[in-house]
Amino acid sequence: MTSPQTTPRLDIRDLSVTVQTDEGEAKILDRASLKLMPGSIHGLVGESGCGKSTLMRAVLGILPKRGRASQGEILLDGRDLLKTSATELQSEVRGGQIGFIPQDPYQAFNPVFKVGTQLLETMRGKPAAQRDANIMSLLRSVQLPDPEHALDRYPHQFSGGQRQRLLIAAALVSTPSVVLADEPTTALDVTTQAQILKLLRGLAEARGLSMLFVTHDFGVVAQLCDTVTVMYAGQTVESGPVRQILTAPLHPYTRMLLACHPDRGTALAGIPGSVSSPLRPPSGCRFHPRCPSARPDCSAAVPPVTEPGDRHSVRCVLHAMGVAA
Amino acid sequence: MLILKKFLRDVPAVLGFGIIVALCLIALLSPLIISDLERIYDGDLAARLQPPSLEFWFGTDSLGRDVFARVIVGSRGALQVALSVVALAIGIGVPAGLYAGYTNGWGSQLVMRLTDVFLAVPQLILALSVAQLIGRGLGSAMAALALTYWPFFCRTVYGEVRRLRNALFIEAQQCLGASTPRILFVHVLPNVASAVIVRATIGMGFTIMTTAVLGFLGVGATPPNPDWGLAVAEGRDYLPQSWWTVAFPGLGIFITVLGFNLFGDGLRDLVDPRLRRSR
Amino acid sequence: MARFVLHRLVLTIPALFGLLVLTFIMLRVVPNDPSAALAGENATPEQIAEVRRAYGFDQPLWKQFVIYVGQVGTGNLGNSIISNRPVLRDIADRLPATMELTFVSLLFATVVGIPIGAIAAVWYQSLFDHAVRVLTVAGLAIASFWFAIILQMIFAMELDWLPLRGRFPEGLAPPYHLTGLYFVDSLLTLRFDLFGRAAEYILMPAFTLSLAGLASIARFTRAGVLETLQKEFVHYAEAAGYRRLRIIWVYVLRNSVVGATTQIGLLFGGLISSAVAVEAIFDWPGVGSYAVNAILSSDYKAVLAITLVVGLIYALVNIMVDVVHAWLDPRVAEKL
Repeated sequence: MTSPQTTPRLDIRDLSVTVQTDEGEAKILDRASLKLMPGSIHGLVGESGCGKSTLMRAVLGILPKRGRASQGEILLDGRDLLKTSATELQSEVRGGQIGFIPQDPYQAFNPVFKVGTQLLETMRGKPAAQRDANIMSLLRSVQLPDPEHALDRYPHQFSGGQRQRLLIAAALVSTPSVVLADEPTTALDVTTQAQILKLLRGLAEARGLSMLFVTHDFGVVAQLCDTVTVMYAGQTVESGPVRQILTAPLHPYTRMLLACHPDRGTALAGIPGSVSSPLRPPSGCRFHPRCPSARPDCSAAVPPVTEPGDRHSVRCVLHAMGVAA
Repeated sequence: MLILKKFLRDVPAVLGFGIIVALCLIALLSPLIISDLERIYDGDLAARLQPPSLEFWFGTDSLGRDVFARVIVGSRGALQVALSVVALAIGIGVPAGLYAGYTNGWGSQLVMRLTDVFLAVPQLILALSVAQLIGRGLGSAMAALALTYWPFFCRTVYGEVRRLRNALFIEAQQCLGASTPRILFVHVLPNVASAVIVRATIGMGFTIMTTAVLGFLGVGATPPNPDWGLAVAEGRDYLPQSWWTVAFPGLGIFITVLGFNLFGDGLRDLVDPRLRRSR
Repeated sequence: MARFVLHRLVLTIPALFGLLVLTFIMLRVVPNDPSAALAGENATPEQIAEVRRAYGFDQPLWKQFVIYVGQVGTGNLGNSIISNRPVLRDIADRLPATMELTFVSLLFATVVGIPIGAIAAVWYQSLFDHAVRVLTVAGLAIASFWFAIILQMIFAMELDWLPLRGRFPEGLAPPYHLTGLYFVDSLLTLRFDLFGRAAEYILMPAFTLSLAGLASIARFTRAGVLETLQKEFVHYAEAAGYRRLRIIWVYVLRNSVVGATTQIGLLFGGLISSAVAVEAIFDWPGVGSYAVNAILSSDYKAVLAITLVVGLIYALVNIMVDVVHAWLDPRVAEKL
């Protein structure tokens, strides 16, 4: 789907996040940038440990106690969340303007409370009539069977797929403009996964949601997302429309990542080497130790972002000078 | 030695261990510390109920006996009793638990039902009624306590054995042809041992406390035994003026039980956080 | 849920039966020849034989057991040597005093212990947390009889702020007997002055009794909350925008408490055990002090009866605890 070139709903600019650990300061995110345009579904892809979760937590304002954003901005409709108070973040942003869909439907619910209590938790204090009507239509729109009795049941009485639908409903209860989805289909079987993805797509379009979909699976990105950002070791290396990136990836990491996917590669491909530790990250572009096209200036400084294609940006020296890899 | 390092970081546990070591040393070396052991049995009536002084560090009791000496010797008794009780409880409970955990038939059920019976009544009550049965005195108190404590060992071992029984390596051993006793002793027991040791340490503290209670009630140790609980009972009549007759024996109980509890907790955290749930 | 309760009841029966067997064995073993003892010192062999027949001691052991079970079932547990009244009557008279003491102690331990444990967990590794950890371990190492005596010494003997012993002032009539629980009865009869007097007397015993319970409850609440805080649903709650105070005090606490309910059963057992010494020290007219008197006077029928009654109450309490657990955590009931 196309979106006019307007201001992004969510604009993350040069975000760096560090976390104090027993072994020193871990630089989890290094100048990560991302734009979520209104009405679009934007994927955030990367391996485990690349910092996707930290990015989400930074947006939601729930970084771990010893973590802080050392630089950058997170603009939600123009308002910098890093400069917003904790109270406002809790009452207005989380469960308000931003809805959150968690990864594991089996662990996300509190087992000793009814599903209804938990779903409506963020609506406490709002008028009852508005709340009830909203939740029923919501439960129907996520295609939950028997919505009338669902609220009185306990989480263990639902299947995994049903719980995920409930969690989606929970995210939408406050009619947010932005939804953050944290790999919500990882814990489900393939069939259910496909159903949920379809549901998310439908809901996003119907309600004009702007969705940031975090995942490690490019296949899901291909099915669901309009645009995508690729992350590696805390740096955002490439961004752009999904079609473009799939057909003509620019960054060496993106290329190798795509080659790894079983649907694409002919042999069992992998990426040599292993991800660096955030405690002692490589200088400059963090991928350079494993990159087959590495140059001396890769380690000198973090490459600037360039935009070789239409809304297709990349952070790589190979494209900084307009040289094709 | 990683475990040792981890243990050393747990300050309360190290403190507990220190207390236990100190206690054992005191108990073992008491003949050296107290020059005249007779002092704890024959008091000098002329010097009765003296407050703490340089001569009598903890003062004297109603019979003129040196409270400090009595408390020191009392530690010996407490440790001996606790060790015997726990050893006996282990001797009954561990084999029972091994058997019940490893086999499946009505024998296993019977053992577990038996633990249910002994656990049906709170320990002190059961100890009281057993003590009454055998006759009052330290020996019967010890037997009673062992009888009330063996179910805990049985249950702990039972749980661990059940858990291990389903483990693959046991099946592998069986396939390789190892005999049941061999499996039990060589493979199962070492794994179970850590749980037993934790339980035993906690049990030491508990036994010392309960022995003191029985001594206090007059159902355990009898005079002139310097048992701490008994000492508190004897000193009670002379309160509030002669507070030292009560305070120091009680302090002895406190420090000893504290030591075992702290160490037991540390062991438990070290060995298996799962065990935190049970007593 | 009904099925669950039934299931639990059924599970308790073998243990209680075993207890009956145990007490029966103790009953028959104690007096070497009960008939001789009952017949008196100068009895002739014929008289002893007569007594034996009358009491049924000449029957085979299993028949005697059946008779015994029948007796227990009808509430005939023999007479106390001291009071010469049916033991069960003695116990029933003294039960309300013990129940009141135990209940007040448990209430205090819970109301103070749970918040302390929860706050210590939320403020993990803070000064408060360290203090709580130290104090709770210490609290469990203090002998309750010693603590009781120290309290008596300070508050009754030295400062004269609180009464030394007893449940109620001598000479003053207790509240009209409706339940036997002074607090309840005084409130029901609107005698608030009597309520105050009863409170005065229960203060030290209840505080002493609650000490170990408080330490225990604070400890396992702390452990439970710490564990629950690691759970995924807490992270989700935070991300989804739940208010922090609600997350801790409603969601986390309930989970931790649910997990800890099984500990309450064990706690109750410890409470009963401690009550024996505490009642003896404070001259509290309950079952505990009765037990002490009984054992010191070798009133073996009384001791055995107490064992049975306490066993029964303990079993019932454990069942109730399990039921509450199942009510709080619906997954438990369905596991059957």
